Amino acid sequence: MKKPTQRDLFPGALEMMILRTLKRQPLHGYALVQQIKRISDDLLQIEEGSLYPALQRLLKEGFVKAEWGISSTNRRVRTYKLTPAGAKHLEREVSSFERMLKGITQVLAPGEL
Amino acid sequence: MNWLRQLFSRKQLYNELSEEIQAHLDEKVEELVADGMSREEAVHAARREFGNVHLIEENSREVWGWPSLESVLLDIRHGLRALSHSPVFTVVALLTIAIGIAANTAVFSVVNSVLLKPLNYPHAEQLVALHQVAPGAEGLADFESGLLLSPSMYFTYSEHNETFQSLGIWGAGTANVTGMAEPEQVHTVAVSEGVLEALGVPPAVGRWFSRQDQVPNGPGRVMLSYGYWQSRFGGDPAVIGRTITTDSQLREIVGVMPQGFRFVDADFDLIAPLAFNRANLPLAGFGFHGIARLKPGATIAEANADLSRMLPIWMNSWSNGPGQDSHIYEQWRITPMIRPLKQQVIGNVGEFLWVVMATIALVMLIACANVTNLLLVRVEARQQELAVRTALGAGRARIVRALLVESVMLGIMGGLLGILFAYAGVHFLVAVGPSNLPRLNEIGIDARVLAFTFGLSVLSGLLFGLIPALKYAAPRGSATLQSVGRTITVSRERHRARNLLVVGQVAMALVLLMSAGLMIRTFAALRKLDPGFADPQHLQTVRISIPDSLIPEPERVVRTQNAILDKLATIQGVKSVGFVSEMPMEGFDSPWDEIYAEGKPYADNTIPPLRLYKYISPGLLQTAGTRLVAGREITWNEIYEVRPVVMISENLARELWGTPSAAVGKHVREFLNLPWSEVVGVIQDVREKGLQETEPETVYWPPLDKNPFVPVIRTVTFVIRSDRAGTVSFLNEVHAAVWAVNSNLPLASVRTMQEVYDKSVARTSFTLVMLGIAGAMALALGIIGIYGVMSYSVSQRQREIGIRLALGARGGDVLQMVLRQGTKLALMGVAIGIAAAFALTRLMTNLLFGVTAHDPLTFIAVAVLLILVASLACYIPARRATLVDPIVALRYE
Repeated sequence: MKKPTQRDLFPGALEMMILRTLKRQPLHGYALVQQIKRISDDLLQIEEGSLYPALQRLLKEGFVKAEWGISSTNRRVRTYKLTPAGAKHLEREVSSFERMLKGITQVLAPGEL
Repeated sequence: MNWLRQLFSRKQLYNELSEEIQAHLDEKVEELVADGMSREEAVHAARREFGNVHLIEENSREVWGWPSLESVLLDIRHGLRALSHSPVFTVVALLTIAIGIAANTAVFSVVNSVLLKPLNYPHAEQLVALHQVAPGAEGLADFESGLLLSPSMYFTYSEHNETFQSLGIWGAGTANVTGMAEPEQVHTVAVSEGVLEALGVPPAVGRWFSRQDQVPNGPGRVMLSYGYWQSRFGGDPAVIGRTITTDSQLREIVGVMPQGFRFVDADFDLIAPLAFNRANLPLAGFGFHGIARLKPGATIAEANADLSRMLPIWMNSWSNGPGQDSHIYEQWRITPMIRPLKQQVIGNVGEFLWVVMATIALVMLIACANVTNLLLVRVEARQQELAVRTALGAGRARIVRALLVESVMLGIMGGLLGILFAYAGVHFLVAVGPSNLPRLNEIGIDARVLAFTFGLSVLSGLLFGLIPALKYAAPRGSATLQSVGRTITVSRERHRARNLLVVGQVAMALVLLMSAGLMIRTFAALRKLDPGFADPQHLQTVRISIPDSLIPEPERVVRTQNAILDKLATIQGVKSVGFVSEMPMEGFDSPWDEIYAEGKPYADNTIPPLRLYKYISPGLLQTAGTRLVAGREITWNEIYEVRPVVMISENLARELWGTPSAAVGKHVREFLNLPWSEVVGVIQDVREKGLQETEPETVYWPPLDKNPFVPVIRTVTFVIRSDRAGTVSFLNEVHAAVWAVNSNLPLASVRTMQEVYDKSVARTSFTLVMLGIAGAMALALGIIGIYGVMSYSVSQRQREIGIRLALGARGGDVLQMVLRQGTKLALMGVAIGIAAAFALTRLMTNLLFGVTAHDPLTFIAVAVLLILVASLACYIPARRATLVDPIVALRYE
């Protein structure tokens, strides 16, 4: 019963972006969403909520850790942090993504055909 | 164990997730408000940007869960809700299943306890009964117990075998215990060395017998059963070393067997040691059951070969007396046929129990068919719901699963309810079951029975759920959505499943009714038989034993027995009295021996056929209602003067001399060196061993005899004919009369011949009751099935019938049309049922008597009954169909 979610991204892209963002600094859910939106210059139309299932998958795989704490705005929030396993996974994903991208770019490059 | 932690912490995970999402929304709202948006707008905007909170939570949760398990749980919840929405359907279906499962559970618990569970001994699979047959010994072929072991055989086997860990012989009997409150006759088991060792059950208190306890004229020793220890000694452990008086002999108590210990199939109060004088044993004396424990790894075939090997050793080592040929028994062709002890205990009861089990299983199938029908109707009514679910994207598999989950749940709930009923059912079975059913005391519901019930519940749930599920889960989407409520005529295809079920039900009901009918015919045939006694309700029997330690002289024993008879005759309401060594069907081991007839040639070194020996007093025949066919009875004078007179049974008279009257005045004798006895009377044949057994050829001796081996019969059954038989006041007077003669004599086996008779037909009557119940249930379920299908079909065809009526069909035409449809189903069922019954009733041949398994009368009667009842069940819906108002029917939609 998969609902067609508004996700123009390829599978795993969201996770990759989350990991990449968390690599810089640990963040809680809301801040993470805002960060990704801002960095991507609002180019990626993603539902804010769609982050949460992705976060749960990462938690389950052990790529991120979560801790309850108090945010700068004095709220009780859950802060996510990259684990070493997550860092390794990110590296792998990024390199395979780059290979894929390279392939796609070559195919799409004009003049070759 | 990570998944385990997840399983338990899942609730918390979900809560945290909800909290987190809520926090996210709050933060967003606040930010938007800070940007100048109104709070209300901000809440909407935050939600819009976030997406479907519910769905996101569900998707997040799915990450953690076992999606399949969780959705099955969901199906279960959904199913429960659906069931609770149609309480009538649910109650009817549940009750049908519960009763079916209860009946199956109850019967299976009997099958399990009696047939499947190992006997209650350590390593019971090594225990065997030393059964042997002697096809060469004429007359012996009638013995159910085969050729028992003689003490000399026991010594041979015990000393020379290579395949047994231990081996011994035993016999059941009775003994008089005196010196307690009242004299009492108790059940005893006499055992040789090796028996208790073979059974391997240690005593609860004290010790087994030792070798010193088993020598002739040694110190008297005895062991108690747990029950006897509790009831007579209050379970006092200090009982060891005390003495009790059995048959006027002092015996020291050396041990108590534990609770629940049964001696093979015998109930006992005391165990006494057998003590043989090994030096003086003859070959003969085949009166003991053999029991042994095989060596680990030894097979029954090896053990049989081992015994066969030892038979010549036995014949070479012992003798029946000087000048007697030891190899005379070669003529008997003694053949060991060792059986597992369990087989010995349960006997031929297996066949009868499996028939009952199969019967009840058929009832379950019929019940399942009914529930399937209910479900079919129900699913049809739910087509719209299913279509909606399909439209929403549920796949075929998903809907099949949902429907199956629902029906399996129905099955399991029915099973739970059924277990409650089954407890009552087991009590019922134990109460009405034959009291001579082996291992009756072990019957109960255990883990295996519960597993069976659970399996049956799930299986039946799948069975009755599968047809509706597969039939209606096909994606039909919009067509169904539109067509619901607009059926014009029910298509053949739509009705096929239901019709098939009804045909099956009728067929199975027919098989069950057929077997019940055959049992009724069997019972009627048995009832008509002359058992050899009359009006058993008014025949009181009492068994009294006079041990030789109490009255040693044979003649005084008979005088005492005679005095008891005289005293009993004076009781008010007593018409006549007599005694006999045993009444028919009492089930005691009776003596068999050969007989030589006057004027018949007997080859040297052969043993003539064995005959049943009985000893009777004057007056017994008249009292019991046994006919004297020719000649006269033996008189008291002849008994006391030890005159050589004898009576024989009619079949023996015919065999030896052609007619009963020709036998009177002829002579017979037991051994070649004994004087002849004159046949003075011929007695009708008596069903000694039960109604279904043939009447044995019998010799009736006077109770006092010149025979040096059996000078007098010390244990006899007194038979009293009185209208007061069985009443408490009468029994009190019987006790008083006996004790007026000798106050040391206990009374045992106090019962009427009716009880003896009922017990001997108990298995047949129990089968009859069970098949009767099953047949009635099958008939009822079958009628409900036909009625339900016809009613439903009529209600579906209302419009069609309305059109027919509007076009001019008369009520009678409609009635006929519906009736024809119903009867066609019934007839098909009957036809299939007859074919099935033809094959299946053959399996119960051994339970039948006086009727063949293909008895045409039963077959026709049952078929006619079923067709009539089925037509009746169709008539009511058919009648309703004629009442359809065409205007209403056509406007209906």
